[in-house]
Amino acid sequence: MKEAKEKIYWKGLEQLTNDPEYVKYADKEFPEYLPVNGADEGEGATRRDFLKLMGFGLAAATLASCEAPIRNAIPYVNKPEDVDPGVPNYYASTFWWGGQYASVVVKTREGRPIKIEGNDLSAVSKGGTNAQVEAAVLSLYDKERLTGPQKDGKDISWADLDKEAKKAFAAAAAAGKKILLVSNTIISPTYKKAIEEFKAKYPTAELVEYDTQSAAGMLQANEADFGIRAVPAYHFDKADVIVSFDADFLGTWVDPVAFTKGYSRNRKLHDGKKTMSRHYQFEANLSLTGANADYRTPLKPSAIGPAILALYNQIASATGNPTVGGAKEAPHIKQAAADLLAAKGKALVVAGANDPAVQTVVNAINQMLDSYGNTIDFTRASNLRQGDDGAIDKVINESNAGNAGAVVLLNCNPVYNHPQGAKLAEALKKADFTLSTADRKDESASQVTYIAPTHHFLESWGDAEPQKGVYSLAQPTISPLFNTRQQEESILKWAGNDSDYFEYLKKTWQDQYAAGKDWLAAQTFWDKCLQDGVYEVDAEPVEVAYSGDVQAAAAKVAATKGSGVELTLYYKVAVGDGTQANNPWLQETPDPITKATWDNYLTVSLADAREWGISETEGKANRVKLTVNGTTLNVPVIIQPGQARGTVGLALGYGRKSAGRVGDGLGVDATPLLGKSNGTISYYVTSGVKVEVTPEMYQVARTQTHQTYMDRGNVIQEATLTEYRKNPYAGREIPHVATWKSPDGKVRPGELSLWKGHKYKDHHWGMVIDMNACTGCSACHVACVAENNIPVVGRQEVINRRDMHWMRIDRYYSSDEKAVAAADGVVSNYRALEQAAENPEVTFQPMMCQHCNNAGCETVCPVAATTHSSSGLNQMVYNRCIGTRYCANNCPYKVRRFNWFKYHDNKQFDKNLAMNNDLGKMVLNPDVTVRSRGVMEKCSMCVQRIQLGKLQAKKEGRRTNDGDIITACAAACPADAIVFGDMNDPESRISKLLKIKDQEGDYGIDKKVGEPRAYTVLEEVGAKPNVLYLTKIRNKDKKESHA
Amino acid sequence: MWPKQYNKRVRNSFVVLALALTTLFSQPAFSQADQVPTDAETIAKGETLFKQNCKVCHNVHTRLIGPALQNVYDRRTLPWIYAFVQNSSKLIASGDEQAVQVFNENNQVQMTAFDFLSEEEILSIMAYIKDQTDNPPVEEAAAAADSGATGTAQPEGLPTSYLNAIIIGALILLVLLLIVLFMIVRTLSRYLRQREDIPEADKELVETKNPLAILRSKAFIGIVAAVITAFVVKQVIDGLYNIGIQQGYAPKQPIAYSHKIHAGDYKIDCNYCHTGVTKSKNANIPSPNICMNCHSSITKGTNTGTAEIEKIYAAIENNEPIEWVRVHNLPDLAYFNHAQHVAVGKIECQTCHGPIEEMEVVRQYANLTMGWCINCHRDTELNTKGNGYYDKLVKLHEQESDKPFTVEANGGLECAKCHY
Repeated sequence: MKEAKEKIYWKGLEQLTNDPEYVKYADKEFPEYLPVNGADEGEGATRRDFLKLMGFGLAAATLASCEAPIRNAIPYVNKPEDVDPGVPNYYASTFWWGGQYASVVVKTREGRPIKIEGNDLSAVSKGGTNAQVEAAVLSLYDKERLTGPQKDGKDISWADLDKEAKKAFAAAAAAGKKILLVSNTIISPTYKKAIEEFKAKYPTAELVEYDTQSAAGMLQANEADFGIRAVPAYHFDKADVIVSFDADFLGTWVDPVAFTKGYSRNRKLHDGKKTMSRHYQFEANLSLTGANADYRTPLKPSAIGPAILALYNQIASATGNPTVGGAKEAPHIKQAAADLLAAKGKALVVAGANDPAVQTVVNAINQMLDSYGNTIDFTRASNLRQGDDGAIDKVINESNAGNAGAVVLLNCNPVYNHPQGAKLAEALKKADFTLSTADRKDESASQVTYIAPTHHFLESWGDAEPQKGVYSLAQPTISPLFNTRQQEESILKWAGNDSDYFEYLKKTWQDQYAAGKDWLAAQTFWDKCLQDGVYEVDAEPVEVAYSGDVQAAAAKVAATKGSGVELTLYYKVAVGDGTQANNPWLQETPDPITKATWDNYLTVSLADAREWGISETEGKANRVKLTVNGTTLNVPVIIQPGQARGTVGLALGYGRKSAGRVGDGLGVDATPLLGKSNGTISYYVTSGVKVEVTPEMYQVARTQTHQTYMDRGNVIQEATLTEYRKNPYAGREIPHVATWKSPDGKVRPGELSLWKGHKYKDHHWGMVIDMNACTGCSACHVACVAENNIPVVGRQEVINRRDMHWMRIDRYYSSDEKAVAAADGVVSNYRALEQAAENPEVTFQPMMCQHCNNAGCETVCPVAATTHSSSGLNQMVYNRCIGTRYCANNCPYKVRRFNWFKYHDNKQFDKNLAMNNDLGKMVLNPDVTVRSRGVMEKCSMCVQRIQLGKLQAKKEGRRTNDGDIITACAAACPADAIVFGDMNDPESRISKLLKIKDQEGDYGIDKKVGEPRAYTVLEEVGAKPNVLYLTKIRNKDKKESHA
Repeated sequence: MWPKQYNKRVRNSFVVLALALTTLFSQPAFSQADQVPTDAETIAKGETLFKQNCKVCHNVHTRLIGPALQNVYDRRTLPWIYAFVQNSSKLIASGDEQAVQVFNENNQVQMTAFDFLSEEEILSIMAYIKDQTDNPPVEEAAAAADSGATGTAQPEGLPTSYLNAIIIGALILLVLLLIVLFMIVRTLSRYLRQREDIPEADKELVETKNPLAILRSKAFIGIVAAVITAFVVKQVIDGLYNIGIQQGYAPKQPIAYSHKIHAGDYKIDCNYCHTGVTKSKNANIPSPNICMNCHSSITKGTNTGTAEIEKIYAAIENNEPIEWVRVHNLPDLAYFNHAQHVAVGKIECQTCHGPIEEMEVVRQYANLTMGWCINCHRDTELNTKGNGYYDKLVKLHEQESDKPFTVEANGGLECAKCHY
């Protein structure tokens, strides 16, 4: 019946090792032990309690029936013309926070922002978002934000603060002492202009910028090599061969949203385009980018430099340039070099190492490959990283020397996120005047005298220049919630300019870009820019000439030696640098690779774990003591397939102490472990790392084997590009079954049915997910949480396998090792196991309700709480559901979630900020019910958006236009991997993508899908989903055997 | 402060046809009545135009926002009327004596310019006004005669509350009488029983058992108990079915706003105040700035004088919203969209809200249960006329069925139409 498959797919090591916990839960969605009594409910209810409760319930019901509570309807006093209660408004704005950039459109209802989406007009982010952007709307309604200015922890008025600040600045300037303005990279031209005004007023003032995710190494290299201190624009869409040395450009490196947009464009395949980029990744940790690579090579951090030199030598000798010493071959380097040379002009090499020497060599490689002007371009150079790694040292030195008249921290948190943070905290005490504009009393703000809290970006005016000549405006979408003032205005005020920042911004823009225009034209220009949110000016083409000293750089690279265990510090996709650590949506977003939530941990390879005696059973693993150059941290461990042997990885952005009740105390703070190399912060620690295993066992809350479903043989269908070119059906597994009519087994399971099927006369909603484009970045996941009021359940409940996410991103490891299959119950073949785990291939598969046409859930519901609609949706009716959970048991895809608890207005779920305080509740989508305890829920395909789009069409007397209705996940996807639409509309994108045969007048049940790559998951079950996936195609020459 | 602020708004948004008030000192009487056409067609045309443009601010016989328009053609020259209607501010600015006077008499509320109305059209409006002036409708005539009398009319007969009190009083009296009579009978029979000298026949009568003894019989108690139980059970079941149903709910509102006066008597269109009804899920309760469109000049109400209208001014002055009590409460789990029903389905407000134009205090007319929704979706035919969305669907429906194309037939009973 089923063709034998060579590949073995597995979700986690516990499946590979047949861990008892995994086996226990593999075929059970719900754990048998159900600790539903909360901690404070004590020993459980007695009979007396039951009677009491019954009595009370009866009394309450009687009382309730007497009189319904009085509800008020309160209209505006003076209704703004453009606000209609019940109708959303959209405003273009800009997200620039925690080192991430996106031009966004903010959806507001009744004057409060409830959802952030990408701005399609932006030339940089092109409508894409990422997890942090999507979650930022919840950070606005964070109760931990400061409600007004403070001095020494006591409230102070803005007038007094301004007076005292101005006095201090004037005094410092008069005494010739430095006024240091410390900030993360500023990309706003108007903000910089305001700072210039400040500097003009106080001549001793100086702006020092640093970055949490530093690219100072590249800035230095580019300055030396090209005379331009900037990160260039990378065109991943134009690159046919991409070689990345530990640059996580799809996850966290510089501008992942823009890079994902470009990268995915050249990963998509269809009849007209049977080429795609080939991607090599060399790295120690398994990063999101590495997981998407065609060829991934695990390398120790100390081996990455020599590998780059090896690549350099290969290319140099082929192009007739002198070679360098210190090179060390690594697997795939030769092949990568050959591919790069073949794709000259369409090749791209990037490196994540924050080391000017490494970057100089990479620049030289790109130069030899003619990348500049083709795949790399300085014309639209990026402004996102301008920070200097010596900035904080300067503040420390000046302060310690008694030369700091004032230190102003402009909404940055160097005490926490800079390796010199502890020293800075001490040094700040020696400055005459210290002030922070942080939005909360964070680690740095608690070290200063004055706090002048700034607005959240959704309350602020502003602009941004993410790339040279490409602008984006930010406008407030809500009145300030607290007595805060945006820092730009504070700077202006202290500079003696009392103008409102909005006026200042508008004037700056009109002077700059609408100079000489009359009033009306200037106003129109401004209005248009504000409406679009973006504006572009022509940029002078920048030609660069390489003048770097490769030999010297190569010598420096070669000089870096590693010994013993090596550590790579990295950022996680959701939590990032920890700026939004107090955002529970981000904390509960499973890491795309480890599927871990609420923690950071040491990633260790399976071989090392075994050697060091780390055991991982039943979800728990030994904690270890990690000592790096004298600093010791006690960290939990995750055994990570794909981790380079002899290396460990640890995420930054955790271990915050003053982020707020959600973010505090999660994981450990790894910032002090950051080292320095060649003058810049180094994310690699190549020597002096000691790992001591402790007997303490700890469970990291991971979702990786949750919702494991039936035999996974053909859930992932994949092929190599070569195979696909030969046969577009390559990799497809098309099940057939034998029936009495056709004993030879020619019948597709979908053709057999007990039911008559559904007739879709109106719409037939469907979704296609291109697994080749999907990078697993989790933007869709957070978008879904924000759109559909999905509760956060907290760490313990995730461990209890009760996460509520409607959309999960299944991450599968696969390997060609057949030997693994022999490991039946007992691990009989360690060797094979280790090989499989050494460097697995990774596939991401977003999984949500498949909206089956023969849905198993619908037939078993005893109360018809889940039914099928006339447009192909599987509907879930919460108020009808009685919580039998039959539907979930019968769902082959395991996409249904049960509300074990009341997650709203419940002190035990106080981390679920969006539902447990009045401020947090403002983020809820008013068109979606907040579910109560005891009901099932699942993806509705954003039915509220469908209904709204249909209503709009009906009001306008037309059919719905393709693209009017789009689900939250599809809107968020920076890779455009998710396509949603009406399969009955022959002109829709989805119909064309799937090549649905025209069925005029039929509107039948089964759509004949013509696209060879399209398949439904578990077709043999016969559920006939309306969600289809496109096969994963890897750009590999042939299957290679493990060395 | 506020009236000035609102004047501008009023000027901008208003549809005013402010013509002169009759005064004793007005222009010498001249009649152009014969110039005003009287044919039915023109009158009908005029009526349409009047309803479209003038009605919001003018009545024929009574003053609304602007003055009453009866026999205006007698009071002003036709050219003056044309000029004023087409652009009153121009006329006022030109210093026309009459125009300035009208402007001042109407709180300096300016009438919107109706420059799109041709002289012929204005004449047809005059024709309608003349028709109305000459044939006043009976009620309106009565109302006109009554105008000025603000005292509330005495209702005929006794008010119900008095009637109830009298009935209850009489009942109590009867019960007391019954008790007294019973006591008298008891005392007398006791007295008789003590007497020896009464005749045998009478003694028998005295000795007879209490006739009420039947009440103690098992059969009687059984029947009564069964009746009471049945009654209680019925009440409980009815009660349970009615939990959460607030049909007839008519809470006291912070302002004694009368829909009867606004929507009933003055026939102000529902959309005028409930602006969201065609575009949003909420119909929207109007904000005070909408009230001020009219109440910047109307400061005295029919029912309550100035007391209630003052509350609007207070709300604006103190910048405090008016906290209306919600009458129609759907549970959170049900999604209802006004625009869908009003803009697309073209359902009248009254279908669900009842005779709102007769309600002094708004009450919940329908029971708003799911059964009520479903029944309507089963019975109501879709309003597909001229709506491109439905064209194909209507065709498909006609191919398959000869039954009407109801909401149900288009999937209007599906769960996720209202629950998500």
